[in-house]
Amino acid sequence: MNNTETTTAPDPAPTRSGDVPVLEVDNLHVTFPGVNKAPDIKAVRGVSYRLNRGEILGIVGESGSGKSVSSLAAMGLLPEYAEVTGSVRLKGQELLGLDDQRLAKVRGKVISMVFQDPLSALTPVYTVGDQLAEAVRVHDSTVSKQQALTRAAELLALVGIPNAAQRLKAFPHEFSGGMRQRVMIAMAMANDPDVIICDEPTTALDVTIQAQVLELLKTAQRETGAAIVMITHDLGVVAGFVDRVLVMYAGRPVEMGTVDEVYYRTRMPYTMGLLGAIPRLDLEEKTPLVPIKGNPPSLAALPPGCPFAPRCPIALPQCSAGEPQLLTIGAQPSTAEIDAVGQSQAAASEPARSSTVEHRSACIRSGEIDTENWTAADIYPLPEIPADAVARLPRADRPVVLEVDDLIKHHPLLKGALFKRRVGTVYAVDGISFDIRERETLGLVGESGCGKSTTLMEILSLDRPARGKVVVLGKESGRLSRRERFKIRRDMQVVFQDPMSSLDPRMPVFEIIAEPLRTHSYPRSRLNARVRELLALVGLDPAHASRYPAEFSGGQRQRIGIARALALEPKVLVLDEPVSALDVSIQAGVVNLLEELQARLGLAYLFVAHDLSVIRHLADRVAVMYLGKIVEIGDVHSIYTEPAHPYTQALLSAIPIPDPEKERSRTHIVLEGDLPSPANPPSGCSFRTRCPKFQALPESDRRRCLSEEPAIRPLTGDDHATACHYAQKRVVV
Amino acid sequence: MGMFLVRRLANYVVLVFLATTFAYLLAATTLDPRANFEQMQPPPSPESVDARLYQLNLNDKTPLAERYTTWVTGVATGDFGQTIQGKPVNTEIARKAGVTLRLIIAGTIIGCTTGVAIGAYSAVRQYRKFDKTATAAAFFVLAVPTVVIAVTLQVAAASINQATGVQIFQYGGEYTSGLDAGFWGTLGNRLQHMVLPTLTLAIALFAAFSRYQRNMMLDVLGSDFVRTAMAKGLTRRAALFKHALRTALIPTVTYFTFTFGILLAGTTFTEKVYGWNGMGAWVVDSIFTNDVHAVAAVSCFMAVCVMAASFFSDILYAWLDPRVRVG
Repeated sequence: MNNTETTTAPDPAPTRSGDVPVLEVDNLHVTFPGVNKAPDIKAVRGVSYRLNRGEILGIVGESGSGKSVSSLAAMGLLPEYAEVTGSVRLKGQELLGLDDQRLAKVRGKVISMVFQDPLSALTPVYTVGDQLAEAVRVHDSTVSKQQALTRAAELLALVGIPNAAQRLKAFPHEFSGGMRQRVMIAMAMANDPDVIICDEPTTALDVTIQAQVLELLKTAQRETGAAIVMITHDLGVVAGFVDRVLVMYAGRPVEMGTVDEVYYRTRMPYTMGLLGAIPRLDLEEKTPLVPIKGNPPSLAALPPGCPFAPRCPIALPQCSAGEPQLLTIGAQPSTAEIDAVGQSQAAASEPARSSTVEHRSACIRSGEIDTENWTAADIYPLPEIPADAVARLPRADRPVVLEVDDLIKHHPLLKGALFKRRVGTVYAVDGISFDIRERETLGLVGESGCGKSTTLMEILSLDRPARGKVVVLGKESGRLSRRERFKIRRDMQVVFQDPMSSLDPRMPVFEIIAEPLRTHSYPRSRLNARVRELLALVGLDPAHASRYPAEFSGGQRQRIGIARALALEPKVLVLDEPVSALDVSIQAGVVNLLEELQARLGLAYLFVAHDLSVIRHLADRVAVMYLGKIVEIGDVHSIYTEPAHPYTQALLSAIPIPDPEKERSRTHIVLEGDLPSPANPPSGCSFRTRCPKFQALPESDRRRCLSEEPAIRPLTGDDHATACHYAQKRVVV
Repeated sequence: MGMFLVRRLANYVVLVFLATTFAYLLAATTLDPRANFEQMQPPPSPESVDARLYQLNLNDKTPLAERYTTWVTGVATGDFGQTIQGKPVNTEIARKAGVTLRLIIAGTIIGCTTGVAIGAYSAVRQYRKFDKTATAAAFFVLAVPTVVIAVTLQVAAASINQATGVQIFQYGGEYTSGLDAGFWGTLGNRLQHMVLPTLTLAIALFAAFSRYQRNMMLDVLGSDFVRTAMAKGLTRRAALFKHALRTALIPTVTYFTFTFGILLAGTTFTEKVYGWNGMGAWVVDSIFTNDVHAVAAVSCFMAVCVMAASFFSDILYAWLDPRVRVG
């Protein structure tokens, strides 16, 4: 704990603004002791970093890598039973071991935090103003309640909430998710802290709102001069936002350096894998994603040596000899040294310490990677995905498998206890049309609340829609007999978003996959063979058929969900955000699987997602939805390279690209405000309230947007249509 | 918000009316007041029995609908009719309602507050010694009927009295009759009598509430907003009190409405065991004496109590959870 020597280490050149460390974390360990003979969970194992004044440090890692736990430990916000050792110094003051009373004086004053889920981060029973005022008054009791509220109003205005003084009296549930995150940021800024820790601050938000919040965090940093620790799993967010990056894996930092070093001269196979696994919005060419095989190790039972070794494509026998330290490139002991004395002694030549600038990596082959200049493509085997011959047929020559024409779904808003009367309508889906041809993927994208999931459910219900029609494989929904309906279910199957909750936890995998087969009276004698075949098809071990879902990881469960959907050999697969709950390295594997299955089985996909990068990678055509309507539809190439609708442009522009240089030079179109309520859509063009184009239009041209609803019209080019009066193609990525 | 409460109140009035009507109809069809008079020694003449029954509006020769109409018109003007002895029910209510209300109100307040406090604290100390003890105690009480608790307390009190040689606890009646000890002396005497029955009710309530509050509190303890409160600079204790407990109280308020009915049932036994002349004891006696009007009146009282409790919890809910107020 009294490790004062560390500060005497040669301090390298200042990074951004001064070289005074405000936060020093040294050899931090967090262990959650196991209850009832369960093994201890070693969540964080030796994290060290220094954060200079005004600097932004990104901590990147997948779920379970210990990135959040390490910062919660620094704030003293972990549950009491967590065992924390090491040292966390805030402006020279040791925080670990302080009692709650003393720690509370620091929290929110010198170091503050923004959390992931803004919907649950505010106390529902107090007004926003009271909660903000509390943050002010708890650190300075001389401030009167009135003064604190005035300060709260200032803060709300600062984070861009209109009518701040009135909104003080509002309760959290009257704010949208993005607005609540603004309130959280206001709260974090309240006492001009020196450090703001942001724990996945934009993960729960839509892309356009994410762009707003990131913009705001930059403002907050300018206003308070605080250093920021940005914890995220999104390598895109980090690229343009931070100065330095710390990559974590299995509770340990595995690579650290400036953004450019980590992104362009990656020296740790894990980081390489992560970067290779992300579908890219900015890359035209469709190359298969590089998944990292296997799953992250259990923190209760770590493999010997380097925890990444079992998944690493270039692992050597020496990798499991001991855990490599986080050392500068080239400082790792050679394999011969390890063979001679073992990892721990070999590494003792340079103690692992927190350092600011040098590029460090915890891989014994980092020196080799450096001299050979290997990239992800060199070390990761590129998965081979068979090309689909039939898909090359022109679109018009392939039969339509799913046709949606002018579909609407309106929910009535009812009021009254005994006699319900209609007081309004939620226009969830308001007249959308598209078609999907054989072996084609249509990506349906849009932010939460735009009606994409409702569209799916309407299609899957096979009921007669309130207006319009849905035609599945030539059969129109709502005009089918019971038997026909039952039959058509074979041909259209669904994969759901959350693999944790969409599988019955009390059913073994065999039963889950066999259930649709039994329902559709598949011959009993062939049932066993079919289930095994399906498991093998989605890349799972058929021997695991008797296990329960809980024994599988998220990615594996999603594969089970896909196997279940494929059991009846459907022709159309509806996918509702199938990869959004998965970590990048796992997501890549599932995306590749979907591509492979499409080519092998000739499936058509209706792929709903909010992640436009995944859609670009997977889809042939894209439909962009906004407030229950399709605002732009067309082939992937046209939409991504030259989107014509201002909303599509804003969406694409808002997505951060995992390429620091590109990201720094981009200007994001930041939309103002939130999605209007679908119960009360604006007149004329529903996007006009947030449209940057509308604001730039002269008064005379605006009238059209206000009064006339734009119809979806084809643009020049073969397959690209948009619903904007003043559509204009523009490159934004 | 005001409108909401008014609507709620109107609903409750209808419910009280329905409950009382059902109680009356049930009592009037199953109880047999005629038997009371026929068994008198010496047996009165059938004519005089009829006359007496007509007078009391209890004669089964009158159609039920007619008897009900007569009764309900009386109730509408605030007259619950006469007891089988011919005394006005209203004066009986006036005498007994206070006794029961004193018991219920004191029992509820003590039981609920200790239950909530112990439950909330158990949640904070989950799986520690305090939590384990409280859990064991609560489950033990939940498994024991109120009667047994009442009798056990009596026995315990008697042995304490004996051991100390001082009459600390009183366990018969609500006061010592014929006592002349001035205002303070009478008050003390009444309190002495009150301790045990109130405790009986409070213990049962504590058990139910501590379990419920513990669960509610556990749900809230790990929630993000408590963490936010701590991140702002509140101590753990302050965050738990101001943010966690406040939010965890909301569902408990609804739970209160449900438990109130059980509490009333418990009151009946408690009054019987401790010899209190309250509404609960009265309803038991009235069933034995075939006293239709008394049974109906007590049912009405109970219904009003339950509805008052729900109305109170509606108000409390709205006060605790502003989302209801804003709409």
